[in-house]
Amino acid sequence: MTKPMWALMAVFAVMLAFPAAGVTKQQGGTLNMIAWEGYLQPQWVTPFQKSTGCTVHPKYAGSSDEMVTLMRSGGGSQYDMVSASGDASLRLIYGKDVQAVDPSKVPDFKNFGKTFQSPPNNTVGGKHYGISLQWGPNTLMYNTKKVTPAPTSWSSIYDAKYKGKVTVPDNPIQIADAALYLSKTQPSLGIKDPYELNSAQFNATINLLKRQKPLVKKYWATAGQEMTMFKNGDAVIGASWPYQTNTLISQKAPVKDLVPKEGATGWLDTWMVSAHTKNIDCAYKWLAWVSTPKVQAEQAIFFGETPVNSKACPIMNALAKGSCAQYHANAPLKYFKQIHFWKTPIADCGNGQKNCMDYTKWQQAWTNLKG
Amino acid sequence: MAAGLDEPQGLGQHPGARHRIGGALWRRSWLKALAVLLPPTGAFLAVYVAALVALFVSAFWTVDSFTGLTIHHWTLANFRELWHGGTYHAVALRTILIAAAVTVTDAIIAFPFAYFMARVATPRMRAVLFVLVLLPLWASYLARVYAWQLILSSSGLLNWSLHKLGLGSANLIYTNTAMWIVFSYIWLPFMILPVYAALERIPHSYIEASRDLGGKGARTLRSVILPLALPGIVAGSIFTFSLTLGDYITPVLVGGTSSQFIGNVVYDAVNQSSNLPFGAAFAVVPLAVMGAYLLIARKLGAFEAL
Repeated sequence: MTKPMWALMAVFAVMLAFPAAGVTKQQGGTLNMIAWEGYLQPQWVTPFQKSTGCTVHPKYAGSSDEMVTLMRSGGGSQYDMVSASGDASLRLIYGKDVQAVDPSKVPDFKNFGKTFQSPPNNTVGGKHYGISLQWGPNTLMYNTKKVTPAPTSWSSIYDAKYKGKVTVPDNPIQIADAALYLSKTQPSLGIKDPYELNSAQFNATINLLKRQKPLVKKYWATAGQEMTMFKNGDAVIGASWPYQTNTLISQKAPVKDLVPKEGATGWLDTWMVSAHTKNIDCAYKWLAWVSTPKVQAEQAIFFGETPVNSKACPIMNALAKGSCAQYHANAPLKYFKQIHFWKTPIADCGNGQKNCMDYTKWQQAWTNLKG
Repeated sequence: MAAGLDEPQGLGQHPGARHRIGGALWRRSWLKALAVLLPPTGAFLAVYVAALVALFVSAFWTVDSFTGLTIHHWTLANFRELWHGGTYHAVALRTILIAAAVTVTDAIIAFPFAYFMARVATPRMRAVLFVLVLLPLWASYLARVYAWQLILSSSGLLNWSLHKLGLGSANLIYTNTAMWIVFSYIWLPFMILPVYAALERIPHSYIEASRDLGGKGARTLRSVILPLALPGIVAGSIFTFSLTLGDYITPVLVGGTSSQFIGNVVYDAVNQSSNLPFGAAFAVVPLAVMGAYLLIARKLGAFEAL
């Protein structure tokens, strides 16, 4: 090697060594994290690694079920953290795959809306099994040119008026959407929580979905597929996420979305810590870091979802004008009350009889519905 | 190793031993064949067959629905569920029927095309047609399915054309008909090529002989060409049938609300329910169907045309 090359190498070596050696030598560690794609962007991971010395190894998963499978792989010691959605978190808690965390070690926890400090999908028996991250509603999206008057109720996707132009997600948790609709339209069934259904309530819900099936053009598998259907005119109304609406609007498609009068289901993601992690210090640093208003705002804008930290709003608006209101980050408490966040249906649903339909039953019913 | 025979003595450490081995291989040719075949056969058994055996074995296990852990306890529960679950019958039947429909469609389209290529076209024309048949195979499978999505959608090419002709509109996208069309298109080259190979091998003298004996075009086709082309058609049908039988992407992309294939149920069992044993049990069904199909195909002499 020539002399200048050696010099260059030396400079690189010093540069590489500096952040590790100079800042936090004794605190370093590795976090193997299971996350949704887009949740571990360099934008907020790189500054975290620099300031704490903890290294992040992302592993992206495509579904809640995959996340549960990954967390359990290798005896549960392979991954330190997971960004679990509500339909996975209870499975992880009851499967003893994750541990309870102390929210007092997360300074921004006090800035979370009350709904997000102890939601039932990550807080069991007063213990917090993770820190809420971001959320979003499952909305009703429609083509403003083809659907008039504008819908106000979920009844539009159970009504023959738009036969063959309706689309709903291909996901067993979609049963909860139908249950929520029934809880308002058929009070005699006594559905209190769309995720806690006894067999009579469950059968009534499945029957509604069976009656809906001839109206449905397709059960969409990916957000992209639903957007294609709306663009090509194969669907004019359907259950959706704000992400699709925002993307379609940015492409000048005539669509709008709303939370209908019956309310809506929604997802709430939680960073959870493995019961077998060896890097609990780094895990707490990560929980504190992703809860800060700046990171909350960055992730909300990047992914198109809503932060749980109420202080993120001004930063969101600074990053993208009007984004705080667009994602309902400043919405009043009344707004959250109508959102029923995803949680894993389990047999023991609090009535002391353990007679609710569990998630396996939901999956079977969904497979049979599709036929 | 046989090359060792020609080497001068004294170069190796045990020249005698090398000669003996070389000699043995020379005298007993089956030994040489064994030495040559053993590594690939071993790899085949270890990788390919072992995977199938592992699949078959795990079909007899179950999964604890709460913990998601596999219970290594022999049971027929998965097969019982398949046997009694009406949905799974419907899915298996749909998969087999569409695979059969695709095969018949491809055979009907491929035969005249292959006949033209093999017996009518000039060598130059034949080369062009070959390229046309093979060209779609160079594009991604997904790109071709998406192209059909654009053609069949409500505001797509098909409806646009029908509109121009004043014929109203066809709602084909997201139906089982759409799956049939797309599968027939995608697997067509796999039917054309073996049929072409079979037709090309028919000596011209046979056809002349048929004519000399007073056989008209239709009679020659029925009594001479079709029987000789049949092994090629059966060989092609193995491809189109098995490729359709195992597919799970086209049903997601262009299928409708009742379009699940066996592959989709297997995918959901593994990825949605973490129930690999059930997926494995259902995956045995297409294996059994294909096994039966291949036995019939062998009787029809398909393997001579491959």
